[in-house]
Amino acid sequence: MRRAAAVIATLVAAATVALAAEIPLDQRRPDSDFISADSRAMQNDDTANPAMLVLLDGETLWNTKAGAANRSCADCHGDAEKSMKGVAARYPAYASELGRPVDLAQQINLSRTMDQKAPAFAFESKELLALTVYIARQSRGMPVAIKEDAKAKSFIAAGRALFEQRQGQLNLSCAQCHDDNWGKTLAGNLIPQAMPTGYPIYRLEWQAVGSLQRRLRNCMSGMRAETYAFGAPELVDLEYYLMWRARGLPMEAPAVRP
Amino acid sequence: MAGGGVFLRIATRPALATPETMQEAVRTAIGEATVKKGRVKLDLPPIVENGNSVPCTVAVESPMTATDHVKAIHIFNEKNPQPNVISIKLGPRAGRAAFTTRIRLADSQTVTAIAEMSDGSCWSDDVDVIVTLAACLEESLH
Amino acid sequence: MARALIHVPPSAKRGEVIEIKTLISHVMETGYRIGVTGQPIPRDIIEDFVCTYNGEEVFRAKLYPAIAANPFISFFTIATERGTIAFSWTDQHGATQVQTAAITVE
Repeated sequence: MRRAAAVIATLVAAATVALAAEIPLDQRRPDSDFISADSRAMQNDDTANPAMLVLLDGETLWNTKAGAANRSCADCHGDAEKSMKGVAARYPAYASELGRPVDLAQQINLSRTMDQKAPAFAFESKELLALTVYIARQSRGMPVAIKEDAKAKSFIAAGRALFEQRQGQLNLSCAQCHDDNWGKTLAGNLIPQAMPTGYPIYRLEWQAVGSLQRRLRNCMSGMRAETYAFGAPELVDLEYYLMWRARGLPMEAPAVRP
Repeated sequence: MAGGGVFLRIATRPALATPETMQEAVRTAIGEATVKKGRVKLDLPPIVENGNSVPCTVAVESPMTATDHVKAIHIFNEKNPQPNVISIKLGPRAGRAAFTTRIRLADSQTVTAIAEMSDGSCWSDDVDVIVTLAACLEESLH
Repeated sequence: MARALIHVPPSAKRGEVIEIKTLISHVMETGYRIGVTGQPIPRDIIEDFVCTYNGEEVFRAKLYPAIAANPFISFFTIATERGTIAFSWTDQHGATQVQTAAITVE
């Protein structure tokens, strides 16, 4: 940990001179470009990617009746391979029920509570991750389709402000690593551009599947900043900005990351 | 940092394997046979991306016939809490004396693979790996 | 029943060396990690993996805590005849899970 802090301190010193600048659209690369060849192979092999075990659970849940309405997801949405194609690629999205954007996991919970009349799944629960993985997989290979339309604008701007704001005891912003120093090494791994096209991911560090919100909280605690609670509007705004920033890149969920 | 405890992944260091305990584990596995370097290829990344899951392949040169084959392959380490990693039993039906798995490595160290042949001879390969901690530790989830 | 994924080629030529890939959901708790209470989380691992081909054992592995969570093991076997390839995982408590795959051999 001391080693990592020293590396980060050097980065801070170097980065204070450089201005945080957006990555030009044609220089954007998926986060899988910054992991080892072995991890990339694991991600693309359905028999080697542990997230596929979670996907099987998601498929079962999709077909299980639930709630007072006694309906399964399949009862309304049919075959997920058809009906969910492209869906994950356009989340977060504005939810008129709430007057603000939600990410895919929150949308699943909205359907669960409003349409199945079942209790919402807890954030980061096995069930919610399984369904999110199952649905996200149906968009694999498709381009991220987030648009900065009228409803999205203010939330994406709020997310961008969070991305660029210095925070925590290390006084670092996300942009300083992910806009200004991507491709460089940090404690044995390469710094990616933070294009979240692979979520939910199987993270080797967690030895489990987890959401983008979990990863953002992990980054923030690593920077010695106060983390937002799961489901906080700040996290969703940040997700929205990050997915918009990744627009056009191919979806990779469920990805493998170190 | 306000509220919530920091989840310490390693609060105290448990007793680690040493080169001596590793030798004991090797003797337990293969008895008094002499181990010669060669015929075995242990594939591990020299710089490990994450110590929780390291891809590991062992391949042994052998015709894998009824009279000349690999009987067993063992992997040992010297810095994890425990010296054994995995022990494989195979035979002529394998066709190829090779397997792949994913292992955990607690620290930078030397990892050793030993193959036992049907004629009683033992062959080995070893690889030095560098293992770093992840840059960002995680707080408790809730 | 833990989720498991197996890849066995559905068909092969007689005598062909085929690759088999297996993956099973399991935390492989080492027994060395300290939990939030300050006490070690008890060990909970799969200890034995066996593959049989029409009942005959063709591959066996003894797993230790140093095997990563969600154990992945890939290995080879000769496609001798049509039939059933069976995989069993046994944990330290003696609980066993079996999964099978069919193979046709020309």
